[in-house]
Amino acid sequence: MKKIIALLLALVMVFVLAACGGSSAPAAEEPAAEAPAADAPAAEEPAAEAPAADLKVGFIFLHDENSTYDLNFMSAAREACEAKGLVEGESYLFKYPVAESEECYNAAAELADAGCDIVFADSFNHEDYMIQAAMEFPEVQFCHATGTKAHTQGLDNYHNAFASIYEGRYLAGVAAGLKLNEMIEAGEFSADEAKIGYVGAYTYAEVISGYTSFFLGARSVCPSATMEVTFTGEWYDQAAEQEAATNLINNGCKLISQHADSLGAPAACEAAGVPNVSYNGSTANAGPNTYIIASRINWAPYFTLMMDCVLNGEPIPTDWTGTLNTGSVELFELNEAVAAAGTADKLAEVQAALEDGSLHVFDTSTFTVDGETLTSYMADVDTDADYTPDTEAISDGYFHESEYRSAPYFDVQIDGITLLDTQF
Amino acid sequence: MNKQRDPLFHIVKRAALPWYKAWGIRAAAIVLALILCALITTLITGEDPIQVYVTIFEGGFGTARRAWILFHNLAMLLIVALAVTPAFRMRFWNIGGEGQVLIGCLASAACMITLGDKLPNGVLLAVMALASILAGAVWAGIPAIFKARWNTNETLFTLMMNYVATQLAAFFIIIWEVPKGSGTIGIINQSTMAGWLPQVGPSKYFLNILIVAVLTVLMYLYLNYTKHGYEIAVVGESERTARYVGIKVGRVIIRTLLLSGAICGLAGFLLVSGSDHTLTTSLAGGRGFTAVMVSWLAKFNPLFMIFTSFLLVFLARGAAEISTSFGLNQSFSDILTGVILFFIIGCEFFINYKLSFRSAKKEG
Repeated sequence: MKKIIALLLALVMVFVLAACGGSSAPAAEEPAAEAPAADAPAAEEPAAEAPAADLKVGFIFLHDENSTYDLNFMSAAREACEAKGLVEGESYLFKYPVAESEECYNAAAELADAGCDIVFADSFNHEDYMIQAAMEFPEVQFCHATGTKAHTQGLDNYHNAFASIYEGRYLAGVAAGLKLNEMIEAGEFSADEAKIGYVGAYTYAEVISGYTSFFLGARSVCPSATMEVTFTGEWYDQAAEQEAATNLINNGCKLISQHADSLGAPAACEAAGVPNVSYNGSTANAGPNTYIIASRINWAPYFTLMMDCVLNGEPIPTDWTGTLNTGSVELFELNEAVAAAGTADKLAEVQAALEDGSLHVFDTSTFTVDGETLTSYMADVDTDADYTPDTEAISDGYFHESEYRSAPYFDVQIDGITLLDTQF
Repeated sequence: MNKQRDPLFHIVKRAALPWYKAWGIRAAAIVLALILCALITTLITGEDPIQVYVTIFEGGFGTARRAWILFHNLAMLLIVALAVTPAFRMRFWNIGGEGQVLIGCLASAACMITLGDKLPNGVLLAVMALASILAGAVWAGIPAIFKARWNTNETLFTLMMNYVATQLAAFFIIIWEVPKGSGTIGIINQSTMAGWLPQVGPSKYFLNILIVAVLTVLMYLYLNYTKHGYEIAVVGESERTARYVGIKVGRVIIRTLLLSGAICGLAGFLLVSGSDHTLTTSLAGGRGFTAVMVSWLAKFNPLFMIFTSFLLVFLARGAAEISTSFGLNQSFSDILTGVILFFIIGCEFFINYKLSFRSAKKEG
């Protein structure tokens, strides 16, 4: 008897599940039906409250605000949206933390369901899921930072953006070089001991481009500088970054910088009293006695651009590169207490030279590869599984970074930089 | 003063509670957990507590898409719980579900990447499913053989196999990464959709959910109405009895673990082919461990597991929605999930034991 009841229960369960499937079937069509309905009131609202733009924007972030990387996007998004009169939670929505998985596609689709005109995602590995959503919602614009595929994907509503952050890194490098000079003059160590340590995430072009431009900036003012780079294999891993920075310091590095998103390296520097140059955000709070300066991408100009494009009915650029001139590349919060004297003046001078084009970061006369000057380099600009080099990047005596595609593709190993480990 | 004092209360083991009382206690625990969650949220954010419940519900069922995601998450958690259950019934503590799923994912992804343009889609899918099931079975079979032959500790062994699987996946991700150095594979065969399960029914998740539903019923029948199921129960009760009645214990252990691993492998196949279409080291998403809880809470009954996994998935989605819509961070939804799990697991104590107070004894 008991068994029969149990069996019946099992059957009921199956039917319940089937019914769930069945009843959801008409429901699944709802979003499509809902979308125009959601649009309609949205279209009427701004008429009632004049300043608010007729726009709804969704943002997807990989982590919460504890990550300097994501915080940088969040503050810029707030700034740009508020300037347009948008209200958080109503006309602009944040979703975080969104993993780089099917979760990203679901988040993008939910934002599209919620009536967003633009959906933006901030992390490199979100790209494929954004493309997936872009194919499904042709009427919604999908913008993705740091991605590489928009220029070859052929979708009208999928866009990439990045900035010429290598110029910012170069400037931060100049500040680092000046600090090294100051320490050499103070007799803390000899000129040939001026070794910089760098904590990277992966041996990815964006990281390589970042540490190389940083190094070239430092060497432009401190010619004896060398650099050691180590990789953690994670974009965000506080413990690993802290340990990596500590190892570099123990290895004799006199100054640390990083391309990884946590406060790990700045904390290690503060503990050891070694100067640190930061990225993406000021880490002055984590290292008041060691933090020199940070370079970052200011995303507000891009957010403003993408919203303006939609408001004016113009297409969003497929692949947009922000520069020093657009205000997308910034150096900020110079810590006068730690930085060498005269840093601000020198930075202004170098920045002016970069802006007017008289100075190029990857000028081939300033570095060598295996002792030779580079005259030709085929870069892998169009992403493919075999990493086929497809574009000549060197002309007019310099490597043209972020010109053929917004995301960095400089992945040359230059002399003077030692990679301690390359398994990632 | 030398008079022996009774403690304020002492703990007494209960006789089996009638089912409605046991479920009453569980329901009360969930209600209490929800009240506490609302209290915490209200105190921190100043939001109306009713609004908090509405938000939890909206996180799960707010739109048709959310409902599908909820049922898909439920199905994926349930299938891993189904996989570990036969082993648990046998008192074989397989906590290697995570690795067995991941190795299944790896096998499927490997087939998609290397054979994606060489085989017709139907054949490719069959090869992928077979490879995943085989990989999962091998991953669970290794500790089973060691247990059956040399009586090694299965808890440690299956746990360690998780790390091996994670490192293997990490190794192949570096080999297949696109673009170079990025440490990621991205969506596999995005343009050709080779090796993707076709969409059947109203949602792309429908097929996955259907497969798990069928599997749930089959597992229920297998455990309760077959000779194998009976042997598993006997081995679980007492290995000596099993030996006495002529059950080959080693064989039952290995056979059951192969089944356990095979279902985990199948879960890996469904994750790669049916939903995520990629390979990452975190693709199993902790389900191998959460499944242990699902299975335990349901007393190893596959049908009850539908409810326990629903509960866990629903609460997780709700907690995430609270932290998103009230602008709180990830830690907050972790706190809420923690509170809820504490109550759910804690209430099992009150089902198995009762507190008997001092005053009650005096009167007696």
